[in-house]
Amino acid sequence: MTTTKLTPAPSPITTAVQTFLSRRGSWVPVFAALLILIIMFVTAQAYFGNFLTPRVISSLLLDNAYLLILAVGMTFVILTGGIDLSVGAVMAFTGMLGASLLRDGLPVAAVVPAMLVIGAAMGLGVGVLVQFFGVQPFIASLAAMFAARGLAFMVSLSSIKVEEPAILWLQSTRIQAMPGSWFITPTGILALLVVAIGALVLAYTRFGRTIYAIGGNEQSARLMGLPVVRTKLLAYAISGVCAGLAGVVFTAYTGASYPLNGIGTELDTIAAVVIGGTLLTGGSGYVLGSMVGVFVYGTIKTAISFLGAEQSWTRITIGGLLLVFVVVQRVIVARSSRR
Amino acid sequence: MKRIIKHRLFWPIAALLVLIVINTIARPSFISVTVQGGQLYGPLIDILRNSAPLMLVALGMTIVIATRGIDLSVGAIMAVSGAVALTIIQGSPDPNGLGTVLIAIAAGVLVALVLGVWNGFLVSVVGIQPIIATLVLMLAGRGIALLITGGFITTINSEPYRFMAQGYVAGFPFAFYVSIAAVIVVALVERRTALGVLTEAVGINPEASRLAGVRSRGIIWAAYAVSGLLAGLAGILYSSNIMAADANAAGLYIELDAILAVVLGGTSLMGGKFTLAGTVVGVFTIQTLKSTITFLGVPPAVSPLFLAIVVVIVVLVQSHRVRAFAMTLGQAVRGRKTPTSTEVAS
Repeated sequence: MTTTKLTPAPSPITTAVQTFLSRRGSWVPVFAALLILIIMFVTAQAYFGNFLTPRVISSLLLDNAYLLILAVGMTFVILTGGIDLSVGAVMAFTGMLGASLLRDGLPVAAVVPAMLVIGAAMGLGVGVLVQFFGVQPFIASLAAMFAARGLAFMVSLSSIKVEEPAILWLQSTRIQAMPGSWFITPTGILALLVVAIGALVLAYTRFGRTIYAIGGNEQSARLMGLPVVRTKLLAYAISGVCAGLAGVVFTAYTGASYPLNGIGTELDTIAAVVIGGTLLTGGSGYVLGSMVGVFVYGTIKTAISFLGAEQSWTRITIGGLLLVFVVVQRVIVARSSRR
Repeated sequence: MKRIIKHRLFWPIAALLVLIVINTIARPSFISVTVQGGQLYGPLIDILRNSAPLMLVALGMTIVIATRGIDLSVGAIMAVSGAVALTIIQGSPDPNGLGTVLIAIAAGVLVALVLGVWNGFLVSVVGIQPIIATLVLMLAGRGIALLITGGFITTINSEPYRFMAQGYVAGFPFAFYVSIAAVIVVALVERRTALGVLTEAVGINPEASRLAGVRSRGIIWAAYAVSGLLAGLAGILYSSNIMAADANAAGLYIELDAILAVVLGGTSLMGGKFTLAGTVVGVFTIQTLKSTITFLGVPPAVSPLFLAIVVVIVVLVQSHRVRAFAMTLGQAVRGRKTPTSTEVAS
């Protein structure tokens, strides 16, 4: 059958696509997420008429800067095959601690590094539990989540207002990047910087490649002589640092710290990372994909507030989208393992 | 004596007893039970009553964990079932009628069962990791509950419904009977039939048990369905206790408490062997711990910190490294004595 029929010579575009798919198959979910983001933009623009304005797009970055930072840290952990449920609570705790230290008159130059170090310490604690005591990442980070939430309430039961100009500057400064009403805040720049550093580290450093190797097969990575223990500890510490930084950004964003901040944020972060095409089994995924995932999340939130609908629809839509992406990933993994 | 210490329920029960003793020393009224109008009152009775929703959820969680899974959506399912039941009662012309209440409860539990079946479908048929499959519903479930209640906290006045959590039968809270009945039914089905063994087989090695002819897909599916059903019942009890359907607060963090109760009871998160009696002890331990924390004057908001400390201690005790360390420590202690005895022997 096939021999008698002359197949038409494949066009250069299809061959290019096929080469791309076979060589860079792990980027496919990222492009799928990007496609969904574009479709959402176009649909929202067609429906509302005033969605794709510089102001809305700029606030997308502003409103989700903290989530973007958390998602970068989470990507590192998920790539090793773990999970970090503590990020939302650590963000709240570092934010509370920072706000209370600032209220006591400590200089910003000391407080912000302290927040980052505490975030790193909590992340490292999770890593030690996971690595040295064989605790499942889920349970270890759950304990850290409980601990951080309790500590946040220990700092203060009520909200602490932040009046430190340097912190508020992060949020209130609107840098006119382009003519029109495009703007970017220092928090946005910070978030993009974190994304860039994360992407470069994962792609071009020995540490980054080791993370992919561990996620692919931890046993093989160990047998190859890669520093598995150090790398995994560092991945959790990075997630903690990102949570601490998100604490700074979120405090700047709200102008106050509240111990209940960031409840459910860990789920939003995981959802954004998964939508961005990172496999939860580890070993495949990109920080840039997580960024797309965060923007998908932000767009859904913005669109729902445009509609004036209940914000509960955000969670429902995210849940549904998460389901679709996980099933698609499942199919991709099943197909590649058959090959 | 050694057999008692070696028993796998020894440490969970010991922990519970220690907690009760500490409480009794700190406040002697802790173990006092007073009878008022044929009803029992006292801190211990409160623990029995308040632990009922957690007991139901933890039972389902035990079965799910035994299949090497986890169910994060139980809190959200609780919120949905409470919302369904209360919306039906609120909309009915006769909120005090027994028929209305029974229909409402049945509807709430049925919706919860459907959600559980959905979880089971995602895990057993589609083959998604349990954490993620149930995360979908954990995210979406509270949103659905909010939609059912229209974004408000639905409150009702219905005597039969109030009875579910606040009523008394023969001196004990009705909710206590519900949880005990659930324990007995689950224990009978799992332990008096082969189902329990099959569940453990699936949890220990799904592939091997499938090859051995165990219908692992059906068993896993059923585990999530049961978990959903029990969570639905827990949602009814919870909403009956406060007579309101609060989509945001109902069952918040109960999945974590339930997982903790299961682990405290001695069931490993790696799946396989499970102990229902251990879970029951674990639930009482957590409820007593919470009551202790409240009694100590710690703001309830800080209580997660104590739970975290307990979790860390428990997982450390369970970990191989600490056990090996304790073993070598024990051998070192014994080692100091043994040389003398060997010298005598030689």
